[in-house]
Amino acid sequence: MADLTSNFLGIHSPNPFWLASAPPTDKEYNVRRAFDAGWGGVVWKTLGEDGPPVVNVNGPRYGAIWGADRRLLGLNNIELITDRPLQTNLDEMTRVKRDYPDHALIASLMVPVNEDSWKDILSRVIETGCDGVELNFGCPHGMSERGMGSAVGQVPDYVQMVTEWCKKHSDLPVIVKLTPNISDIRKPAQAAKDGGADAVSLINTINSITSVDLDQFAPQPTIDGLGAHGGYCGPAGKPIALNMVAEIARTPELAGLPISGIGGVTTWRDAAEFMALGAGNVQVCTAAMTYGFKIVQEMISGLSQYMDEKGFASVDELVGRAVPNVVNWQDLNLNYVTKARIDQDACIKCGRCYAACEDTSHQAISMSDDRVFDVIDAECVACNLCVNVCPVEGCITMERLPAGEVDPRTGKTVSDAYANWTTHPNNPMKCAAE
Amino acid sequence: MTGTHAPGIVAGRLDRTTLRENFGDLHEPLDSHEAAVAADRCYFCHDAPCITACPTAIDIPLFIRQIATDQPEAAAETILEQNILGGMCARVCPTETLCEEACVRETAEGKPVEIGRLQRYATDTVMAHNIHPFSRAPETGKRVAVVGAGPAGLACAHRLAMKGHGVTIYEAKPKPGGLNEYGIASYKTVEDFAAREVDWLLSIGGITIEYNRALGAGLTLEALKAEYDAVFLGVGLGGVNALGVEGADRDGVSEAVVFIADLRQAPDLTSLPVGRHVVVIGGGMTAVDAAVQAKLLGAESVTIAYRRSQDRMPASRYEQDLATSKGVRILAGVMPKAIHGNGAVREIELEYTADEGGKLVGTGETLRLPADQVLCAIGQTLTTDGGLALEGGKIAVTGPGRSSVPGVWAGGDCTAGEDLTVVAVAEGRDAAEDIHTALMG
Ligand SMILES: Cc1cc2nc3c(=O)[nH]c(=O)nc-3n(C[C@H](O)[C@H](O)[C@H](O)COP(=O)(O)OP(=O)(O)OC[C@H]3O[C@@H](n4cnc5c(N)ncnc54)[C@H](O)[C@@H]3O)c2cc1C
Ligand SMILES: Cc1cc2nc3c(=O)[nH]c(=O)nc-3n(C[C@H](O)[C@H](O)[C@H](O)COP(=O)(O)O)c2cc1C
Ligand code: SF4
Ligand code: SF4
Ligand code: SF4
Repeated sequence: MADLTSNFLGIHSPNPFWLASAPPTDKEYNVRRAFDAGWGGVVWKTLGEDGPPVVNVNGPRYGAIWGADRRLLGLNNIELITDRPLQTNLDEMTRVKRDYPDHALIASLMVPVNEDSWKDILSRVIETGCDGVELNFGCPHGMSERGMGSAVGQVPDYVQMVTEWCKKHSDLPVIVKLTPNISDIRKPAQAAKDGGADAVSLINTINSITSVDLDQFAPQPTIDGLGAHGGYCGPAGKPIALNMVAEIARTPELAGLPISGIGGVTTWRDAAEFMALGAGNVQVCTAAMTYGFKIVQEMISGLSQYMDEKGFASVDELVGRAVPNVVNWQDLNLNYVTKARIDQDACIKCGRCYAACEDTSHQAISMSDDRVFDVIDAECVACNLCVNVCPVEGCITMERLPAGEVDPRTGKTVSDAYANWTTHPNNPMKCAAE
Repeated sequence: MTGTHAPGIVAGRLDRTTLRENFGDLHEPLDSHEAAVAADRCYFCHDAPCITACPTAIDIPLFIRQIATDQPEAAAETILEQNILGGMCARVCPTETLCEEACVRETAEGKPVEIGRLQRYATDTVMAHNIHPFSRAPETGKRVAVVGAGPAGLACAHRLAMKGHGVTIYEAKPKPGGLNEYGIASYKTVEDFAAREVDWLLSIGGITIEYNRALGAGLTLEALKAEYDAVFLGVGLGGVNALGVEGADRDGVSEAVVFIADLRQAPDLTSLPVGRHVVVIGGGMTAVDAAVQAKLLGAESVTIAYRRSQDRMPASRYEQDLATSKGVRILAGVMPKAIHGNGAVREIELEYTADEGGKLVGTGETLRLPADQVLCAIGQTLTTDGGLALEGGKIAVTGPGRSSVPGVWAGGDCTAGEDLTVVAVAEGRDAAEDIHTALMG
């Protein structure tokens, strides 16, 4: 069993699997059970200012989209930050941290954009003995209308300013949680870094309407005939989150800024992917809300087995390993020529590859009367659509044409030299050959 | 109750409650959640192999997608426009040798999409709401006679009525449906489904049925031809092959199809007699249905005696398993030699068989089984041919059911091809299309 212990910003936890700030971490009862179940850390449900507690809707607060067999793929919520009194949360955090000293406990915070508010809350949070704070600049509904959450996260200057206040008024590690509801994630990340943040975490939820009630003509979840946009999360959002994590990880100016990866982590593999793209740990919300706390056991055994197979002594050996291989399109090798190959023994003759290629791609799959499907190399552009639609995993693969062979589609001999767009003859802006 | 173990052929071996349970639906219908889960498994194949395997060529991926997207009514229309008896076929088709055998998920994991049950889900929905999704084209003034109100005749009549022709069906029996009404195992078509389906089918209008009117008994093909613009024969197979062994005339020896018809028509199963030890001769669907239902009626032992090896039984493996799961014993490689008894049958003597170069011969070794009822299911024969040319014992047809006589079409069991409800529907429908083309020139 590999060593899964994690050291993120000097915060130690038995493994890199943390629960993200959300309902799973909204109270002592949950968090104790989460730690007992095996979670390495939690970011407590976001705390707000002292005073009258936040009010949530009393109707449905979640919407969802499903895949086959009602597998939950995406969740949308209009929940606000914690609606329990500040002192209750602080007392509970104190007790939990005392009883679970080896687990990570982070306080998530969201208060109005003025220095005193942040100073006040920090002074009270420090008392709990928590390991760090996470600044919730991501919540895209409700709180953002009040000038908090993503309303801050979308303005890099504010991100920097609030981060500076937090560094000024506490010694705790500061993690800035970013909103994906912005066109270039590097900007707020840079602002967080410039403000002195110890790390960024991302992503918070994506602005969304999951569905429309076609009888009431209103977005779902529908509250008394009306609906508001919510925040989208879960497996369906993972590709967006992965890209944003990678964007930060591979930007030279942001190099070295630790990242806590969030967004659709559902299995050990998802976690490993985030980590390979530069996340030092991961945070999970929807998967726990869908299946309960026990899923962490699968994540632990899966990551452990993978690390053993790879011979990684610690999770740090995985972190960032894929970052150098994330490049811009123009850096891809145009001399890398592949063709789809169908394993006839594995093929179940459903014809989906044929329909997809014939109707929507390059007419590069032939179909015989007895339903044998073959790739026509002279037409195949290796787009991968057939691989993606084939219901049998591994049945269609992309095989590289060896150098020296002629690509029957282009009539050109395949070269093993690397050549990308920047030097391609069709590129009007190509760099002069060196 | 006479007593479960009473010898001879007696009624009341089981109580009413047990009988009701035994003869309940073989497969519970899918509820909407189960249907959604089952529908989700369909890959929406291109030029789907299941469609090719369906004798009526229902667009299966389309109707399943319509179920998956919560439109069972549209799904039903997709089914019914190809197969107007899609409801019955969903219950009785041997899907394991038709669409589901061809399903790519059978290839992939030995577990096909449950096409039959999904088809039932869709068709039950429209029938429950009494929706008939088709209407008649304007009256053409043409009139067609259909002989036989079985699946072939009904499918033909419906399609003709839809095209605007007037149809009269002449049916020998007092009820419509053919073997749907008199033959199919009752646990496949509970709650009088056959009759309800015919009522629903007839609601399109333009079809009249004249009951107790048999071709050959006061009704001639000549007369029909003279009176109507076209004639379709869907008379099925009215006769049976004779057993032809010593003692075959003893009391207690009877035809499986008669036993089944009596069972289907019995108003009260507690009054239906069945033997204590039943032996069924044959290896097809009829043999299985007779054996299973005899067992469900309370027979103590039921044996299917089939002359070839078990893997050659015409009944599908699935049907065989159904029989054995109900406690029927399948004895393969034996043929009847004699039926013993004193007046009524007491024992059946069977001879073991061997395959000698493709020819079945008796080995001389025999065994005897106690039997107080012997049911013969060794094949049905054509009894009404209207004087048409025959081929292989059935009415000879070319193309979509054209007989040797111009203006006369035929389809279903009385013509060549597999004897299945779905095949009869396909042939009736195709003949109707051809008649329509012929009539409208
Ligand atoms: C016991 C049994 C179980 C079966 N189980 C299945 C099953 O599970 N699945 C399946 O797909 N198939 C099954 N079959 C086969 C299926 O029932 C037939 O293939 C199908 O009914 C054929 O339809 P048809 O219209 O050609 O003939 P039939 O259903 O036989 O209908 C013929 C009709 O014509 C009428 N008729 C006959 N002679 C005359 C005449 N001279 N004048 C007027 N009317 C006449 C008859 O009364 C009858 O109504 C079974 C058959 C039997 C016997
Ligand atoms: C119901 C719900 C409430 C949430 N509340 C908060 C919150 O109070 N503070 C916060 O920073 N993020 C909140 N989030 C966002 C999650 O912490 C997380 O960033 C997001 O769900 C993406 O991760 P996932 O795909 O694993 O769910 C909430 C998410 C959900 C579903
Ligand atoms: S999940 Fe629990 S709180 Fe939420 S609606 Fe269901 S029962 Fe109520
Ligand atoms: S999609 Fe895959 S399984 Fe289906 S026909 Fe193509 S190669 Fe075969
Ligand atoms: S073969 Fe199976 S998976 Fe394919 S369309 Fe037919 S039912 Fe669906």
